[in-house]
Amino acid sequence: MIEQLSIWLLEPMEYTFMQRALIASLIVGINCGALGSILILKRLALMGDAIAHAVLPGVAIAYLIGINFFWGAVTTGVITALAIGFVTEHSKIKEDSAIGIMFSAAFALGILIMSNIHTGVDLFHILFGNVLGVSAGDLKLIAILALLVITLIILFFKELKLFIFDHILARSIGLPTSLIHYLLMLMLSLTVVASLQTVGIVLVVAMLITPGATAYLLVNRLSTMMVLAAFFGLISAVIGLYLSFYLNVASGAAIVVVATIFFLLALFLSPKEGILTTKKIFGN
Amino acid sequence: MEAVVELEEVTVSYNEEPVLKEVSFSISQGEKVGIIGPNGAGKSTLIKAIMGLLAVDQGNIKVLGGSIDENRKKVAYIPQKEKIDWDFPISVEEVVMMGRYAHLGLFKRPQKEDRQLVNKSLEEVGMAEYKERQLGKLSGGQKQRVFLARALAQGAEILLLDEPFAGVDQTTQEAIYALLAEISEQGKTVIVVNHDLKRVEEYFENLVLINQRLIAYGTAETVFTHQHLQEAFTTTQKTKSAQKELVVIG
Repeated sequence: MIEQLSIWLLEPMEYTFMQRALIASLIVGINCGALGSILILKRLALMGDAIAHAVLPGVAIAYLIGINFFWGAVTTGVITALAIGFVTEHSKIKEDSAIGIMFSAAFALGILIMSNIHTGVDLFHILFGNVLGVSAGDLKLIAILALLVITLIILFFKELKLFIFDHILARSIGLPTSLIHYLLMLMLSLTVVASLQTVGIVLVVAMLITPGATAYLLVNRLSTMMVLAAFFGLISAVIGLYLSFYLNVASGAAIVVVATIFFLLALFLSPKEGILTTKKIFGN
Repeated sequence: MEAVVELEEVTVSYNEEPVLKEVSFSISQGEKVGIIGPNGAGKSTLIKAIMGLLAVDQGNIKVLGGSIDENRKKVAYIPQKEKIDWDFPISVEEVVMMGRYAHLGLFKRPQKEDRQLVNKSLEEVGMAEYKERQLGKLSGGQKQRVFLARALAQGAEILLLDEPFAGVDQTTQEAIYALLAEISEQGKTVIVVNHDLKRVEEYFENLVLINQRLIAYGTAETVFTHQHLQEAFTTTQKTKSAQKELVVIG
C-alpha cells in the first residue's frame, strides 16, 4: 500500500518538466495564499482579478519588442491600478465600475495585439497557464518574484495590518497610505506574473482568493490566516498537479478545483464558522 | 488651562463645496467637549480637519500649540462603528497594540514595554480578561472600551470620538461616559461628535454647535438657546427630524 503510494507519488517526478512544474506550483501557491489574505480583508478581490487581466497587453507588447514578458506585465498591471485610482478619485464613477472599465479595456487591448500580430505566443497558455512548459529560467524568475513579495509582506507586516484594518489610524499617525496601496498593487502585479504559467490570467484570482478565504473561515489572526492560506495554496497546487498528471486534465483548472474543494469543506465544516457545524443554516 | 485645540477662521471644502465656513473656537486641556449639529453640518469633517486628514482651505488649526504634523502621535481617533470590519481576524490585544505603532517606526516589532503599556491600558478600561478574544466577539460597549484602550496605549493627549453613543443602550452609554470622565480627569482632552442631543448637557462641559458655520460654543446653557437651535436646525433640509429631537430636549 505504502509502496504503491510512493510509486504513485514518485513516478511523475522522473520527468524534469514535472519537477519544475511542482516547484513552480508550490511557490505560486504560497505566494498567492499569503498576498490573497490581504486582498480579501481589504476587499480587493475584484482588484486582484482586474490586475491579473491587465497584464495581458504588457505580455503581448513585451513579446512584440522582444523583452522579457515580466517587464511588460508589471508595467501594464501597475498602469491599470493607477488608472483605476485616477478615475475613482477624479470622477463620480465608483471604484467597482472603474475596475470593470479599465481591466476589460486592458484585456481587450491585449487580445487585439495578440490576434493581429504574430507574437509566437499561445494565447491559451497565457490565459489558462502551461505549467508543464516552465523552463529553468522561468522557475528562477518565479522564485525571485515570490521571494520578493513574501519578503515585503514580512518586512511591512505591521504597517500592512494597520492599513487594512484601520486606514484612518494609519493616516493619522502619518503612514503614507496611498504609497502602501500602490505597493500592494505592485506586489499583486508581481504575483500575477509569477502565476502566469501555473494557473494563467483567468484563474489566478482563484489562487489569490480561495485559499485565503478558506483560512479566513478557520482562524482568528491575520498572521495565522496568511500562513494557513499559503498552506492551502501549496497543498492545492500539489494535489492539482498530480491529478492533472494522472487524469490528463488541464493543470491550472485542476489546482483551482482542489482549492475550491478545501474552501467548501471549510465553509460547511469549519468548527467556528461552518454552516453545518454551527447550524447557521437553520436561521439566524 | 492652556488651549490644546485652536481653530481660527477655518474653512474646509469637499469637491469645492464648502463644508465648514470660517469656524473659530478653542478647547482647553482636560475639557470634555461635545460637537453637535444636524446631519451634514460638518461634524465629522471638523474632526478630520483637526486630525490633519483633510486640507484646510483657509484659516489655521493648532493642536497642542503646534501643527498637527508635529503632534500626530498625541491625537487619537476612535472610529465610527460602521467603519470597522468586525470580522477582521484580530484579537483585542492586537487592536490595542496598534496604538503603539505610532511610536514604533518601520521594521520594529513591539517590545516588552509596549506589551506592558497595552496590558495597563486594557486594565484601565476593564478589558484585560478579554485580550485574546477576537474583536467581533465583544458586545457594543466592550468594543468601544477596546478602542479607548488603544487611545490610552497611544499615549494620546487628545481623544476624538465619532458618534460613540450611536446604537448603544443607555447603561453602556453611561459606562462609556464614566470612562471618558475618568480619562479627562487625568488631564486628557475628550472631544466627542454626538448626533443625539439627549443628555449632552450632563456629559459635556462645553458644546460646539455647528451647521457649517459655528453657531455657538460654550456651556449647555449658553448654547441651548431658542435662537441658536433655530439657526442650527432650520437651515438644512433635515428640519423636521431635527425639530423632533428639539422637542425631546426642550
